[in-house]
Amino acid sequence: MEEKKYTAADFKSDQPVRWCAGCGDHAVLNCLHKAMATLGVAPEMTAVISGIGCSSRLPYYMNTYGFHTIHGRAAAVATGFKVTNPEMTVWQISGDGDGLAIGGNHFIHAVRRNVDINILLLNNRIYGLTKGQYSPTSARGFVSKSSPYGTTEDPFIPAELVFGARGTFFARTIDVDLPTSQEVMVAAARHKGASVVEVLQNCMIFNNGIHANVTDKEHRADRTIHLRHGEKMLFGKDNQYGLVGNGLLIKAVEIGKEGWTIDDVLVHDAHNPSNFVHQQLAMMDGTELPLAIGVIRDVDNLTYETEVARQVEDVRARKGFDSLRSLLLAGDTWTVE
Amino acid sequence: MNNINERVKALRQVAVRFSGDSGDGMQLAGNIFTNVSAGMGNSVSTFPDYPAEIRAPQGSLGGVSGFQVSIGAGVHTPGDECDVLVAMNPAALKTNIKFLRKGGVVITDTDSFTPDGLKKAKYATDDAIKELGITAQVVEVPVTSMTKAALADAGMDLKSMLKCRNIFVLGLLCWLFDRPLESAQKMLRAKFAKKPAVYEANVKVLQAGYDYGHNIHASVSTYRVETDDIVPGVYTDVKGNEATAYGLIMASEKSGCPLFLGSYPITPATDILHELAKRKDLGVKACQMEDEIAGVCSAIGASYAGALAVTSTSGPGLALKSEGIGLAVMAELPLVVIDVQRGGPSTGLPTKTEQTDLMQALYGRNGESPVAVVAALSPTDCFNMAFEASRIAVEHMTPVILLTDAFIGNGSSAWRIPEADEYPEIKPLRVPEGLRESWQPYMREPETMARYWAIPGTPGLMHRLGGLEKDADTGALSNDPANHEKMVLTRLEKVERIARDIPAQEVLLDNPEADTLLVGWGGTYGHLYTAAEELNAQGIKVALSQFRYIRPLPANTGEILSRFKRVIVAELNTGMFADYLQAKFPDVKIERINKIQGQPFLVSELVDGVKHLI
Repeated sequence: MEEKKYTAADFKSDQPVRWCAGCGDHAVLNCLHKAMATLGVAPEMTAVISGIGCSSRLPYYMNTYGFHTIHGRAAAVATGFKVTNPEMTVWQISGDGDGLAIGGNHFIHAVRRNVDINILLLNNRIYGLTKGQYSPTSARGFVSKSSPYGTTEDPFIPAELVFGARGTFFARTIDVDLPTSQEVMVAAARHKGASVVEVLQNCMIFNNGIHANVTDKEHRADRTIHLRHGEKMLFGKDNQYGLVGNGLLIKAVEIGKEGWTIDDVLVHDAHNPSNFVHQQLAMMDGTELPLAIGVIRDVDNLTYETEVARQVEDVRARKGFDSLRSLLLAGDTWTVE
Repeated sequence: MNNINERVKALRQVAVRFSGDSGDGMQLAGNIFTNVSAGMGNSVSTFPDYPAEIRAPQGSLGGVSGFQVSIGAGVHTPGDECDVLVAMNPAALKTNIKFLRKGGVVITDTDSFTPDGLKKAKYATDDAIKELGITAQVVEVPVTSMTKAALADAGMDLKSMLKCRNIFVLGLLCWLFDRPLESAQKMLRAKFAKKPAVYEANVKVLQAGYDYGHNIHASVSTYRVETDDIVPGVYTDVKGNEATAYGLIMASEKSGCPLFLGSYPITPATDILHELAKRKDLGVKACQMEDEIAGVCSAIGASYAGALAVTSTSGPGLALKSEGIGLAVMAELPLVVIDVQRGGPSTGLPTKTEQTDLMQALYGRNGESPVAVVAALSPTDCFNMAFEASRIAVEHMTPVILLTDAFIGNGSSAWRIPEADEYPEIKPLRVPEGLRESWQPYMREPETMARYWAIPGTPGLMHRLGGLEKDADTGALSNDPANHEKMVLTRLEKVERIARDIPAQEVLLDNPEADTLLVGWGGTYGHLYTAAEELNAQGIKVALSQFRYIRPLPANTGEILSRFKRVIVAELNTGMFADYLQAKFPDVKIERINKIQGQPFLVSELVDGVKHLI
């Protein structure tokens, strides 16, 4: 049978998009439409499930199955959905508040179980829908309506949480970097297991420019590194910088200076079962070391919904009951004539 | 009280209470005794009464666990009191002697009545019987030493030998009540199928207990227990929580919807999760989630995907699930929520029974959030009502809360295994072929007003659901004031119309002379029925109506209530169902009998309560 080819338009709903002009969500939505067309999974075999928050409105703009649930619970809803219908491709859309504050528990457990869902974590480090409170990814000291004197707590770094929960896939992109966004969304969908894609995203209204240190055109090439599995970890406008080993750590060097050559530059291994290096790469933040974008970790492991289904099949085959009645009749019974 | 009646009743029914340390295996001995009796045609009813602490210190008052079983004819409750009390240690005797009927018999393990044992149970003297003022007949049996003697050649360590004490007592009871040892042996074989040595040891001890009774002619008159005329068929013993699980599986078979459970362990509901986890052999997908909220939310996801979706919990868990249930109300998805009620508020009395979640089930959500609420009457009725809750959920596209309780959830009864065609087909409300072209997500079936269930994966039916208010026609987001009111009233009407699809309410023990109606709901059925029988036997004409369908109420409810001069609602709370009925039927004068002690009613309390009111 010939595979049907899809275009981005096949995944767009007729609903008017209600995000603020200039919001990073628009770019994410467009990239997702395109990524879905690239993947070639039919709209009826795709489900988009979200929690609550600006970004969680996204399912309404998709011509797929979609469910805009309640605050923080998208991962749990998505888990039940995927276990029931493992054939479908399931996307979860969450923000930093939805996914890491009120829904933090469901987030880590979905990652730990390795349910085959693709989690887009739109991180603007602010609560937008409630008009500007700090979020669990806001930096210490961040001033907002609910922290007028600055916060007195440290933020989560999403990648660190994912690795702590033994995640099998983590990628990062920036809202304005459309090719990378599409690339990592496609990779996330192709990964079997829970895939987390962190999108550094701008909120024009309440947190404008929060990621400016890495998004400014002037500095972007020097402050970010696009990781690709099997390739040397090079960055800079002319790929003049590279990442090299530094004891157990990583450091950035300029090739040709201080005796460093291209041969010293490390090759990115996203498939390494150990997350030791992945964690170091993911913690780079664009100051001392460049912020990593692209697929940082992508390893195989058993997926939850497949294992549930496999166990059901195994036990059914082994025990051979065809109905409740046959099961009960095989137990302790007595007959009354 | 009429003495002749008492004596006749004692022959019709006998209650035995097993008491000992939590680890003494009283429940196992009690269960086998129950099953053996059920196999002889007795009707049976059991009540485990166990402490909240899993292993309180051995021999302490707080560590005593009890298991009461009533056997005979026309048995509807485990009995207020027992005819035979087994006390495995001084603490058990002290805490359970109050349950012994006048003229009953106590069996003790004399080996445990040591100075140390008496001290742990806080006796002041060395004569426990005298100190407790026991005048009943006490059969003193050296259970521990006899058990050890029976196993002298078995090459077992002391700890393993002591674990068989319960079976010695079982053997003794089998002799007292003339129960066949073969069926007890058969049940032990099933229980210890994977441990043949343990099975052999228990069979030896069982025989030793039986022989002991025979040899000493334990000077207790052996009981003759009447049997019931019961419907022919194949029977098994079932606990309420198991029956609930089976009812869901039957509904899955009859609807063609795969069964999904999202749950989190909580006393006293966890056995539903346990049973459904085992039932992967029937295709059930039971997922232990990270918390109560994930339990309900995973079920909602499963429901959206087309499963018969269930979450099981108790009161505190239902509170956590409230927002999720509201989402299912708004998205109009089928969902079965099972609340095995326990004593509250907060952590309350986790192992004890109450009916105090009724208002939470009816109203405990934000916004106008109607759901169907049903309740089960007995352990076996858990099967029927789990089936009914599922049927209503998928045919009416609504969350349904099934209320059971610790008493019926843990209690067991003999249950006739239903024939394959005994329960009706369930017809999930799928989008009809003819409507595919014009279908909208909130298009309704005109009779039920239920939204059609479009299953993801189906081409052409892609749609988005969510917790935001939707336009009545297109299903798109809508903030329109008139539309919101219309949708609120539509969701309400949809639930009210379920009344067209449930059986009429019945009146039991009805007769033209009865001018008092005793009303109950859910798990108090056995006690209320027995109390009503007792009152009629005493010449007080009382009819009974026990409700299983709470929201909506059966259509004839008002007619029934207005037919009687007095309506007395008896329930294990401060009057929630009475308030609910009073609000719906303001012209009916409703009187109340209430108990909030974490324990079921006693029949005597109900009899006295009704007498006091009339």
